[in-house]
Amino acid sequence: MTSFLNTNRPPVFCPGCTHDRITKSLDAALVKLGIADHKTVIVTDIGCSGLFDTFFNVHALHGVHGRALTYAAGLKLADPSLNVIVTMGDGGMGIGGAHVLAACRKNLDMTLIILNNFNFGMTGGQYSATTPSDARVGSEFLNQAEIPMDICGVAESAGATYISRISGHDDGLADELVTAMNHKGFSVVETLGLCTGRYTKRNQLTPKVIDQMIEKRPSPGGVIEKNQRPEYGELYRKLAKEQGRFPEPFVVEKQFDMPDARRHEVVILGSAGMRIVTAGDMICFAGISGGLNVSIKNDYNITVLRGQSVSEILLSPEKIGYTGIESPTVVAALSDEGVARRKNIFAALSPETYVLKEASVDIPDTKAQVEEIDFKALKIKRTDWALASLAVLAKNELVLNKDMLVFALKSRFNEKVFNLSMETVEKIL
Amino acid sequence: MAFVFMEGNEAVARGAIAAGCNFFAGYPITPATTIFNNMLKMLPPKDGICIQGEDEIASMGYCIGASMAGKKVLTATSGPGISLYSEHISFAIGSEIPLVIANVQRLGPSTGSATRGADSDIQFMRWGSTSGVPVIVLAPTDAKDCLELTVHAFNFAEEFRCPVFIASNKEIGMTKESFDMDDLNLPPIVTRTPYTGNAPYVPFAADPDKAPPFLPIGGPTLVRQTSSTHGPDGYITIDPRVIGDMQQRLRTKLHDAMDRITLYEEHLVPDTDTLVISYGITSRAVADAAAALAQKGTPVSTLSLKTLWPVPETLLVEKAAPYKRVVVIEMNLGQYINEIKRVLCGKQVDFYGQMNGVLIPPAKIMETIEND
Repeated sequence: MTSFLNTNRPPVFCPGCTHDRITKSLDAALVKLGIADHKTVIVTDIGCSGLFDTFFNVHALHGVHGRALTYAAGLKLADPSLNVIVTMGDGGMGIGGAHVLAACRKNLDMTLIILNNFNFGMTGGQYSATTPSDARVGSEFLNQAEIPMDICGVAESAGATYISRISGHDDGLADELVTAMNHKGFSVVETLGLCTGRYTKRNQLTPKVIDQMIEKRPSPGGVIEKNQRPEYGELYRKLAKEQGRFPEPFVVEKQFDMPDARRHEVVILGSAGMRIVTAGDMICFAGISGGLNVSIKNDYNITVLRGQSVSEILLSPEKIGYTGIESPTVVAALSDEGVARRKNIFAALSPETYVLKEASVDIPDTKAQVEEIDFKALKIKRTDWALASLAVLAKNELVLNKDMLVFALKSRFNEKVFNLSMETVEKIL
Repeated sequence: MAFVFMEGNEAVARGAIAAGCNFFAGYPITPATTIFNNMLKMLPPKDGICIQGEDEIASMGYCIGASMAGKKVLTATSGPGISLYSEHISFAIGSEIPLVIANVQRLGPSTGSATRGADSDIQFMRWGSTSGVPVIVLAPTDAKDCLELTVHAFNFAEEFRCPVFIASNKEIGMTKESFDMDDLNLPPIVTRTPYTGNAPYVPFAADPDKAPPFLPIGGPTLVRQTSSTHGPDGYITIDPRVIGDMQQRLRTKLHDAMDRITLYEEHLVPDTDTLVISYGITSRAVADAAAALAQKGTPVSTLSLKTLWPVPETLLVEKAAPYKRVVVIEMNLGQYINEIKRVLCGKQVDFYGQMNGVLIPPAKIMETIEND
């Protein structure tokens, strides 16, 4: 291949625009690299740099402003054999800053060419993240109140493994791009260039001035030793291979015939750390083992071991529709903060409702039958009160029986935890 | 008899796996996070890829790239994430990129309430993109539905090359329930049509009512993809005829297939004069209310829409025709009611909506129905 340029669509940049030179250098680099056309993809976003994908006969994906690196990452993860090149202006780099940082941190084997021409060319020369404070741009005075960012410095601290800064007019640009593309990992090449349509009309910027800028702030020089590490895709695939087996769905067979197979609503009011959710799951497993449909909703804080933990469980021989609690069969009041979370339900409880109240817990007035149990006196730890409550229900043959409870515990726990939980259950039953 | 026991979010993940999903990218957000958690367990053992994006915009960008490389992709979020997805939803719609978006809705507006359910985004999913091009939105009522509809969602995304939403809800996504796997009714798996012609591949050349055949970026044939207004060749165009044809095709490919995309459940009782229309989690309370009314000797008929967009107009007109009155119940203050009123123009349509973070109880629905 002598050129990858699309002869049907020659570059259409303003006269003297550095982008034109970079297009030719990238073509020369692709020729030197010698990768087949269909193994390269050019990914671009909005702005003059976003025209690049149309000039080349390779795969092309042109997307939304600043997001090119995200499409590129998706492509590279999906097809690691691709040579992925992203062209992005200083505008795209600014709006897509989070993606630049993430790409540097990830280190996927891709090459980012930043076409820094110090302003938004396409929309009228507004200031960008790299516009000098003393430049005269299309944003009136706004750039005077900010400072430009050093993308190479940012890329280095974010972990890019290859970083260089080079003039778009440098004869060595094609070779530099070859080196960057050959680097296994994320490469950032910042090219500095002239926007003749906008920027150089009001600012003294020439190839010579660009050379001086680079002298003043030299290129990090390519491979960044301190950032070297495995390529993200290879590391990802290695780690992914070490993960466990596919989690098959948990299936519970019907084991028991329920003598009293009717709709039950169970509310467990406790606190985080009391294994309320686990107890709720147990009731569900027990219910399924009795051939019932079940549902459970849990209400807990995002913090761990702080705040209420409330489980609402429905069991029914019919398909469960509405999953809210309407007339509970059982309310287990195991902590004050759990009770506080649902304090309004107590006044409406019917005399048929069974309330299991731990001795230390206060509940509002209610017409329900209340049984107070002193789990502490039974030497049951607070973390086991929810489990102990299930044993109380099993003892009363309410909602579940002993066989169902034992089955549920066996299904959910390993032998050691099962034996420990049975010690608690035996204290009640 | 054997039941599985899982939350709606796990069921979405299992549906995705059943549909052949092999790429997921997402950003954690309650109440959708457990879809991500499940995919992270399920995809690696199947040689799939599961990535956490640096934000929602990036997550969609990863999905777009992977889909263009031929992967079947899923992402999951909630309302605030859909806001951030918007620019990429527009891209995927206009550039015909297949992907499935699970939206586990929560109470909005804005950050709203992370752990409170609502069908907040019913119009947002349809219109939260530029240009008003249609999308497909499917609404599950329970965990089993989440699994089945996710397979349908992938099939539709592949066939029509468009984003497909699963309009779940915190009350489905984070509620664990039992169902019988043997009751699952999964459709055969559809994969996007590859281009097999002899002529050079033109990436957006298609019949006027179809999505174009697909070839992946990275394959032996060069592919162009662009978010900009493009002609069949994938290059920017300003030709009004070409632009007009493309815009029309994006609508026609979905609207002409409306009846095939329409999924629903009905419980029609002879000699009733009221049809209650609902969708999502609310349909379950409607079913309870209808059962209670039947016991009282005042039965009603019910229609639960599983496809919300494109609006199943034929179905609505046909099903509502025999009824004197339609009642619409929604877990918001009135979003889909506008579509039903539009389609059933002239019919008596009553409404109850609730947007307070809790489920609409059957009693409230009965009250609305009885308050004719």
